[in-house]
Amino acid sequence: MNSTERELLQLIEKNGRLETATIAKLMGISVDETTRMLEKLEKEKVILGYSAIIDWTKGTEDGAVTAMIDVKVTPKRGVGFDKVAERIYRFPEVKAVYLMSGVYDLSVSIEGKTMAEVGRFVSEKLSTIDSVISTTTHFILKKYKHDGLVFSDNDEDKRIVVSP
Amino acid sequence: MITEPTSKYLSNTVQSIQPSGIRRFFDLASSMENVISLGVGEPDFVTPWNVIEASYHSLEQGYTAYTANAGLFELRKEISRYMKRRFGVAYSAEDEMVVTVGASQAIDLALRAVLNPGEEVIVVEPSFVSYAPTVTLAGGVPVPVNTYSEDDFKLQPEQIEAAVTEKTKVLMLCSPNNPTGTVLSKRDLEKIAEVVEKHDLLVISDEIYAELTYDEPYTSFPAVKNMRDRTILISGFSKAFAMTGWRLGFACGPKTILQAMLKIHQYTMMCAPTMAQHAALEALVNGQKDVVKMKESYRQRRSLVIHALEEMGLSCHVPGGAFYVFPSIEKTGLSSEEFAEQLLMKEQVAVVPGSVFGESGEGHVRCSYATSVQKLEEAMRRIERFLKTL
Repeated sequence: MNSTERELLQLIEKNGRLETATIAKLMGISVDETTRMLEKLEKEKVILGYSAIIDWTKGTEDGAVTAMIDVKVTPKRGVGFDKVAERIYRFPEVKAVYLMSGVYDLSVSIEGKTMAEVGRFVSEKLSTIDSVISTTTHFILKKYKHDGLVFSDNDEDKRIVVSP
Repeated sequence: MITEPTSKYLSNTVQSIQPSGIRRFFDLASSMENVISLGVGEPDFVTPWNVIEASYHSLEQGYTAYTANAGLFELRKEISRYMKRRFGVAYSAEDEMVVTVGASQAIDLALRAVLNPGEEVIVVEPSFVSYAPTVTLAGGVPVPVNTYSEDDFKLQPEQIEAAVTEKTKVLMLCSPNNPTGTVLSKRDLEKIAEVVEKHDLLVISDEIYAELTYDEPYTSFPAVKNMRDRTILISGFSKAFAMTGWRLGFACGPKTILQAMLKIHQYTMMCAPTMAQHAALEALVNGQKDVVKMKESYRQRRSLVIHALEEMGLSCHVPGGAFYVFPSIEKTGLSSEEFAEQLLMKEQVAVVPGSVFGESGEGHVRCSYATSVQKLEEAMRRIERFLKTL
């Protein structure tokens, strides 16, 4: 990855909705070049997708609950943790799976409509997988910051309108 | 001129100074709704958290008393290291620097320390609005030297020659410049240095924007051969570290001059605010990565704005530093005041008329690009629409 690509990635990581024309102007390169670079990075799966960060607690009654589950597993010979991770991440309820260092092996993020729904998933689907030894479920009570964004940020401009 | 009966109490010097032209625009823009302001002369970032946190911590620890007049010794040692590391100039933390209430106070101290009544100071215009009034208040006589867009607003050495009289004592430089964004290269500075040496001038070099240069490596004036001992370097934390409201700056220079400045500082200010000094210490020790990040973001926005101005046909030299563009609006046939006022009234975009920065600023407006990309794009659309109505 060269420095121009890195600059582009940093820009869209902060704001995935930046228009290609704006990116081009910010970087001082042509629109064509920007488009080509984006396509290349998408093709190489450096850019995996574009999504929005949403505060679901606002303006909706049917909120969602998120749980982070510490999972201990027995690795399988030859494939290590990858196979069991795949068994888990294939479920659409699973938002994220990370292999961790420390006292447990996989960190699994689950989203459901209610605590009961998440509980059912853990007891019926997750703990019944062969290699899973144990699970510890933590429910998220409040999100303060997610992916670098502060949820309650007061980002109004506090500067005086004209200054020397 | 003020005509109220109490005006008889005012000093002639103060009465001779006009209030800044920026003031009128501030009042006008403040009274309006939905204004996108490109008139702000400060970063749009909030001070980095580690810096704010360091200041909290110092307060919790009870550091609420005065510091040494020249500033916390720890901070001065860091400034000394910083000047050496970033700009290659060595200053002793013991007796060659003073920590001030903003770079503005440092300029005031410098001028008051060196000027005798009637001595002349060459002020390169367009310039920051306070230089000339501060010279007057210190008893000196400001001598404006105009720079022009044809020269990318660079001071030409022969212009100094032409302005020098037997009363000339000081040359005030500001690179990167507010409002033009012009950066003087090493070569430019060397040519200026020759004239400075020939006429035995002292230079007050305001380098508050030194961290914010985008094209060439920056040269600090005292780093030019033979210039260190005839330069008072002015800098501070406001622009590079997004710390304008903390009011913290510093001056460095030859011992005799700095000790004279310190004498004024000690009687008129005591010391810069202690909690701000603790914050500045953290900024120097751990803040460089934030400077780099903010600078990168300004560079991108400079590119966006230059591109947009070009597209709408407003000619503009590419400024090498600070966060201002200074496009020419001459082709509209309006004065810079008229342009700024009409733009504000019709499209609610605030820019600063170039004329407030001196005669040679006429025909230009200062637009700060230290505002969000979204607002910048909207402001550019509005300016383009405004141009079409002319």
